[in-house]
Amino acid sequence: MKANYGYADATGEYYITIDTDRCDGCGECVTACPEGVFETAEDDYGKVVAMVRDEMRIKVGFLCPGFHQVCSKREVNCHSVCQPGAIAHSW
Amino acid sequence: MYVAGIDIGSRGAKGVVMDNNHIVSYTIRDTGPESVKTAEETMDSVLECTGLTRDDISYVVATGYGRVLVPFANANISEISCHARGAHWYFPSVRTILDMGGQDCKAINCDENGRVTNFIMNDKCAGGTGRFLEVIADVLQIPLEEIGPKSLESTQDFPFSTICAVFAKSEALSLLKKGVAKPDILNGLHDAIAVRSYNLMRRISIEKDFTITGGISKNVGMVKKLQQKVGLEPLMAPDAQIIGALGAALFARERAEAKGV
Repeated sequence: MKANYGYADATGEYYITIDTDRCDGCGECVTACPEGVFETAEDDYGKVVAMVRDEMRIKVGFLCPGFHQVCSKREVNCHSVCQPGAIAHSW
Repeated sequence: MYVAGIDIGSRGAKGVVMDNNHIVSYTIRDTGPESVKTAEETMDSVLECTGLTRDDISYVVATGYGRVLVPFANANISEISCHARGAHWYFPSVRTILDMGGQDCKAINCDENGRVTNFIMNDKCAGGTGRFLEVIADVLQIPLEEIGPKSLESTQDFPFSTICAVFAKSEALSLLKKGVAKPDILNGLHDAIAVRSYNLMRRISIEKDFTITGGISKNVGMVKKLQQKVGLEPLMAPDAQIIGALGAALFARERAEAKGV
């Protein structure tokens, strides 16, 4: 499943997409993200996967600085620690 | 074996009781300010006239905004998975679902087994939700049930420059003052909402077959607009507002069977 967390508003599109077929639920992204955007939990089909935390979803565009502009320049980020490459950002 | 699905939405609370593979009864009520009380009342209401009591129900799955506040539920499952499951039960060929609820809108892709393969939701903004239509119905002083059919009587296009529920309200008021007919205003608003929903759907893949669930699916004007924007004829369930609760009941049956209840 491709789970898109986030929203689009007048300033742009802010979606973090987690491909739950690829995600192995290791939780590396949870510790890699300085803003604490992620958590791991069981999805509706019983698989433990990474998710964007519930309270983060409606403000993710403010809390996550964005991958392409900011975090991609950091040595460690949620994409770099994700071995299966399950995380994508729209901004 | 009887199972139940309870869907506590932001505006409406729905309950479905199933026996094996058919719906025994269902109910739709307003969500009150107290979620627990709403859940209890929904359960009592769906059991009414069935001759069943709560003890006859082997498993209850709760879904919707208020799903964590259903004290008698055995499990809770997100409404996204439940809508996919419920829509797939009615129409196994469904691959794209647009759930238009009271305060949010979701676009979902599912596979041939009714499992979610892609989803996106908009719950940050009231534009394009049932709440938006309620506000407009109130401004125009037309009952909510009538705004869909009324919008179809439109003879002139008045495109709205906004889909913000707050600004659209003032835009509708100013059009009213200019003497624009109510059906034309409604037509413009329905168009704006349909465009917004379509934009949400474009982020997932739009595949045949397509269905619309949630309370707004009862609005014929919106269904027609969406059909035009999406370019697919939607399959419509007899009462698409209960699809989430139905999906919850289907999950309940699966879990009860797995547990060997």
